[in-house]
Parts: sequence; C-alpha cells; structure tokens
Amino acid sequence: MFGTGILKGLGVTLKHFVGSYVDDIRWLGRRYFNDEALKVRQGPKGTGVFTVQYPEEKLPVPEEFRFIPFLVYDEGAEGQREIRCTSCGICAKVCPPQCIWIERSNDPQSGRPIPTPKEFFIDIDICMNCGLCSEYCPFDAIKMDHDYELASFHRHAEHIFNMDRLLQPASYYASIRPTNYAREEAARAEKEAAKAARKHEA
Amino acid sequence: MAQATQTVDVEDLEPRFGEALRKDERPGYEGYLIAPDRLTEFAIALRDELKYDLLSSVTGVDYLPEDMMEVVYHALRTSGGGPLAFKAQVPRANPVVPSLVPVYPGADFQEREAWDLFGIRFEGHPDLRRILMWEGFEGHPMRKDWHEAYYEEEGKPFKNRWPEGKVYRIEDKVPYGHNVAFPPEFSVEGWTPEGDAGLYAGLGKITPKDNGHEQGLDTDEIVVNLGPQHPSTHGVFRMVAKLSGETIVDLKPVMGYLHRNHEKIGERNTYLMNMPFTDRLDYFSSMSNNFGYALAVEKLMGIKPPERAEYIRVMMAELTRIANHLAAIGFLLNDLGAYFTPVLYALEERELILDVFEATSGSRMMCNYYRFGGVARDLPEGVLEKVRALVFERLPRRIDDLDRYLSGNEIVQVRGFGVGVLTPEKAIAYSATGPLLRASGVPYDIRRAEPYSIYDRFEFDVAVRYHGDVYDRYLIRMDEMRQSLRILQQVVRDIPGGEIQTGKPQYQVRVPAGESYGRVEGPKGELGYYLVSNGKPNPWRYHVRAPSFINLTSLGELCRGNKVADTVVILGSIDIVLGEVDR
Repeated sequence: MFGTGILKGLGVTLKHFVGSYVDDIRWLGRRYFNDEALKVRQGPKGTGVFTVQYPEEKLPVPEEFRFIPFLVYDEGAEGQREIRCTSCGICAKVCPPQCIWIERSNDPQSGRPIPTPKEFFIDIDICMNCGLCSEYCPFDAIKMDHDYELASFHRHAEHIFNMDRLLQPASYYASIRPTNYAREEAARAEKEAAKAARKHEA
Repeated sequence: MAQATQTVDVEDLEPRFGEALRKDERPGYEGYLIAPDRLTEFAIALRDELKYDLLSSVTGVDYLPEDMMEVVYHALRTSGGGPLAFKAQVPRANPVVPSLVPVYPGADFQEREAWDLFGIRFEGHPDLRRILMWEGFEGHPMRKDWHEAYYEEEGKPFKNRWPEGKVYRIEDKVPYGHNVAFPPEFSVEGWTPEGDAGLYAGLGKITPKDNGHEQGLDTDEIVVNLGPQHPSTHGVFRMVAKLSGETIVDLKPVMGYLHRNHEKIGERNTYLMNMPFTDRLDYFSSMSNNFGYALAVEKLMGIKPPERAEYIRVMMAELTRIANHLAAIGFLLNDLGAYFTPVLYALEERELILDVFEATSGSRMMCNYYRFGGVARDLPEGVLEKVRALVFERLPRRIDDLDRYLSGNEIVQVRGFGVGVLTPEKAIAYSATGPLLRASGVPYDIRRAEPYSIYDRFEFDVAVRYHGDVYDRYLIRMDEMRQSLRILQQVVRDIPGGEIQTGKPQYQVRVPAGESYGRVEGPKGELGYYLVSNGKPNPWRYHVRAPSFINLTSLGELCRGNKVADTVVILGSIDIVLGEVDR
C-alpha cells in the first residue's frame, strides 16, 4: 500500500522522540550537568538526546586532543623557570604553515649561542594545530594545549603569542596529559640511570 | 587476473608505433612515453584493444630544468589490476597535445585543469576554458617559475624562522590590494564577466523536440544559475543550467571558488608537512586522505609499515568510510526535503566515530594521523574497546534503523527511481569512480582490484547496484557501510600488538628520485596522489586525483533530461566536498 514506507519511517522518529523522554526519566533529573551521565550519553551506549548544552555543559577532551602549542618549563628549587627549549629549531623546521619563529640568544661575552631562546613566537592565526612540533621535539619542550577557547577582540594585537604567553609549568602539562607525562618522565629517568651507570663503570 | 592475461599488452603495440612509443626508462619512473602526434591513436588502441577503458587521471608536470612539459595519464581496466601510466612530452615554450576527450570523455575537466594551472593546450578540447582560476588571472600558477602573492622562498622550511626569528606578518609586507597581478591590458573596472558568455555559449542547443513543439507547447529556453551561494550545493559551487520549460537541456558545473592551489602549497612543503594539508582536501574523510598520501610516499621510499600499524590504518580508513557515508546519506535526505531529522540521526553516529579519531589522533576532523612507515601514535587505552562496542553493537543496529527509516520511504523512492541515470558505459567513459561507478553496475573497488595495505586479508564483498540512479547511489552507501563493518569486525578481532612505526620517526624523510602514484579507495572514489621526487626535501610535483572533482565530469550527463528540481538530488547523490573539488 502506498504510504506504508512513510508510516514505518515515522515510527522510527516516534521511537526516537519517546526514547528521549524515557532516557530523561531513567536518569531522574541527573541527566544534565553530571560528568558520569555525560560519559554514558556520549558513548556507544548513549540513548536519548545526544546534544550537550554548550557552554554550560562541555564535552571532556581526550588526552591526545591538540590545540595551539605551549612551551614547557620546569620549576626549579627556588621557583625559577627552567625552560626546556634549547632553540634547536626542529619545531620551526617541521611546522607546515611556518608559524613558529625562534630567536636564539647568544652569550654576550663569547658570542656563542646559548640554549635558552631569546624569543619564541607562534602566530596562532596561521597555526593549523597539526601537532608536528610537539611530536618531533626531542626535549619535550613544546606540547599541544587543551584550551580551545581563544577568541579575542584584537586580532593584530593578541594573536602572535610570545614566549611569555606560551610558557606553562610542567605541572600544567602533567595535569592535561598525565599518561604522556608519566611515560616521558619514565623514559628520562631511565636515560639518566643509564648515564649514571656508565659513569660509575668508568 | 585471469582476464588480464588474455588481452594484449602494451608491448604488443610497440611494433606498430615504432619510435613513437618507448618505455619510460628514467630511474624511478614507470610506464610509457608516447609521441604527442600519435597520442590519440595510442589512446584508442589502449581503450579498444587493451581494454584500459577508464582514464583515471590526467595531469601535467613542469620539468623546468629540462625545459619540457609532460602530460601524465593513468588508465586502468575496470576488470581489475593496477593503472598504466603513459606520458606525452612537449616543449615548454609551446606545450600542445591533442585532447583525449573524444576518446575518454572523463578527461574533460582534468585537461581544463592542466590548461588552467600549467598552460598546456589540449587541441580539440570542446571547451578549453579555465576551470579553477578566474578569467582575469595572470599566468598559470603551477608552472615552476610562477610565484604566488605571498611568496617567500622556493621551499620550506623558510630560513628566516630560525635562528634569527624576527616575527612579522606577511600581509603587512604585501598589503591587500598589492598582492594581485593582472594580465597586460587588463582593467579591473572595465572587466565584464566575458567568461560567462563563453560558458553560456558552450551549453547545448535546444532541439525542437526538447522545446515541446511536438506537444504543441512553446517554451522559452532560459539559462539558470544555481549557486554559487545556494544551500543545496554543499558549499560554494555553481551550476549553470539551460532549461526548456522545467527540463534541463544542458548543465555545466562552475567551480574554483574555494581554490587555494593545494598542489602549489604541496610543492613548497616538505614531504611530511603535506600530511596535515591532505586533511583539508576532503575534510569529511581526512584519515583516508592521509592513507593515500602515505602510500604514495612509502612507494617512493620503499618502506612498509609494521603489522599493527597496517591494522590501525585499515581500521581508521573504514571508520572514515562509514562516517562519510552516514553524512552523505543524511545530507542527501536533506536535499530531498527531509529536513534535518535523518541527517541528525546520521551525524549522531558519526560523532561517535569522530570521538575515536579525537582520542587517537587528537583531532576530530583534521586527523593528521598517518606517518611514512606507520602511524603517529598507538591507540590509547580504551579506544579499541570503544571501536569494538561500535562495530559489533551500535553501528549495525543504527544502520539497520536508518535503512528501516528511509529505504522504504515512498518519497525517497519516487524522487530516486530512474532519476539521474548513469549507464555503466557512460560511468566508465566519464571516469567515474567509487560509489558512483559501482551504483552503475561496475564492480570496481581498488581494495579488490589492486589490494593495497592488508586489504587482501579481509573477507568482504564489493557492493554493487545496477540501476545507476539516485536511489541506487543511496542504497550502495548503505551496502558499503555494512561491508566496512564486516572489515572492521575482522580488524578488531585480529589486530596484533607490536610496533606502530618502521624505523625511527623522522621529520625530514629521504625520498629517492622518481615518481609514484599511490591510490586508495576513498569514500568518494579513487583518491590518487601522483608524486615526482628529485631527491630534494620538497616534492617536485604533487598532484591529487580528487574523486569529487572528477566525478563531477558526469554531472551534465546525469542531469540532462531531468527536471530542474532533480539537479539538487543528483548532485547530492554524487557526494562531493568542495574542499576536494576546488583544492
């Protein structure tokens, strides 16, 4: 009979429609603004309304999520910043849109380059968030951030990030990427241990 | 393949062509060189005697040091097997080759592109106009001596970024308004879109029969522009249709509004830098784009990824296919007037797939996940479990749900049955690939015809439908999703542990001189990358055989004789992405 296909199809939408209320009842008012519920709602077992109420409700980002890079510094014993970057320039060389600018500093006495960069710029209007800089950095000095809310009113004044704007403590890095941080620290500790063992033998 | 051995091979043609046909013996190159004056004859022999019936790709290469232009063709047999490359070399000063449109109509847009970007003239082409650039554009941008407005250096990395990185904005150095060049005697104010007159003149004429005289009706012929700003065109895309009453007499797509010369950027980039740029081609299926590019470079480098990486690659590519087809079906229904309910159901499932991409690659759409000889990183904890839950439980049910919801719908059927029919002969002639070709009854799928990666291990069927109309193109996407699920279920079952990268990850890969053509069965069709390396860090030539772009060649043919309201549905059923069409 003509029209049965449409009616069957409407049955599917009706099921979805009713299902959204059933899901609301199932959570008994704890469906929204509840991280536990959000995980289920957005997972393979999710039913009912799929959308979230941004910005009141935000989707958690996975650890690997990448947005505009930042520079990592370790906090020294007296609270001084020990910048990991050695201005080797690999990130500037691998950057596909070429948005990283590094000014290497020279020792005022000898004129020889010293590792810590004098300045470090990222033009975030050009950055394409590909993550290659952090992937190929041999010193774990540049990492991708999780903060994606960067809108500003002044494009020309605020969209070239300098070193001051880019620097973040290692503790921040550890907080957004715990497993990566733990893995890198373990690798570093292992390397140091091997180095110490070699020294000991010698 | 059994059939391939029975047909004649290119060697058998050598006596007939003598000097005009020889093997390409440059180191690292393959295929044949054919003298331009015998090109048409050779193409006819290829098509009719050797059964290379589908001309997959046409492009140019500017060999500036040798003062030569080369037109590179890749033809294939729809019965299976790899592509055959043949090339015609012409002097750079006066590059003219005969057009292959009379032999392979699918060469139409690609020859226009080569004319537009390289200035290679194709004699005998029915409508040789610019296709991606506008008429007031000076020069042919893919030529090696052509420099873009924001030109800095021949190749990246630019030297002023390190160690003396004094930051500046290139727009400040070349302000807007000073960044364009016009041909001599060109006045911007005095310019009228003459190209449009040429475009309209190029449309087919109305015969008395079309005109309704037979029915005693007298209808006017009018030209209607659909787009460029039109919600049904899936982006900035324009169709110029000549109508007789409501019937389409002829239709031509106009594109290039989103053109950014991806290939020029690609030639400035190093090999690795191109990887994130490929994401931006078909932004619905970036994993697939990565795949094809990685294969092309790996072919040149002669490396293979480890076992686990191969499985991850296939997994990501098939998830991409499902995500893409879900979106394609959803938006097709939008075009049909089922306003946003089906597409939201489809996007819901796509979101779950994108969650998997985000967790592994760090981004939902611009994945940038494949590397030469592997993938960027291993699957994080929990991802495989999520994929398992998706491919064994959720997705099969949801696809069935979608099927129940839409396939039997009388409106979908009435708008789909017999609308925009592409016969198998026409589909092959117009170089259609992917679902468009398979819905016309040609079971050609690169995953089976010339298996790459580890596709030869999996059990799946090549989806095929036989009517070649809009409805079949909708159904074939349903079929393909189910086949992809079959592959995914095997991948999740069999995925081994181990390394995910061959050798150490390198940011500057060494790519030996030569050429390669890497292709994958993308969700939209054959996605190919043609690369020429001269051993330097940047590719000499980087070409993308974009399935959305080439599938549009048949759009005019599909629309002819249909009502104007059907163009929207027909376009939707081809499934294009403007990022890939315009590149």
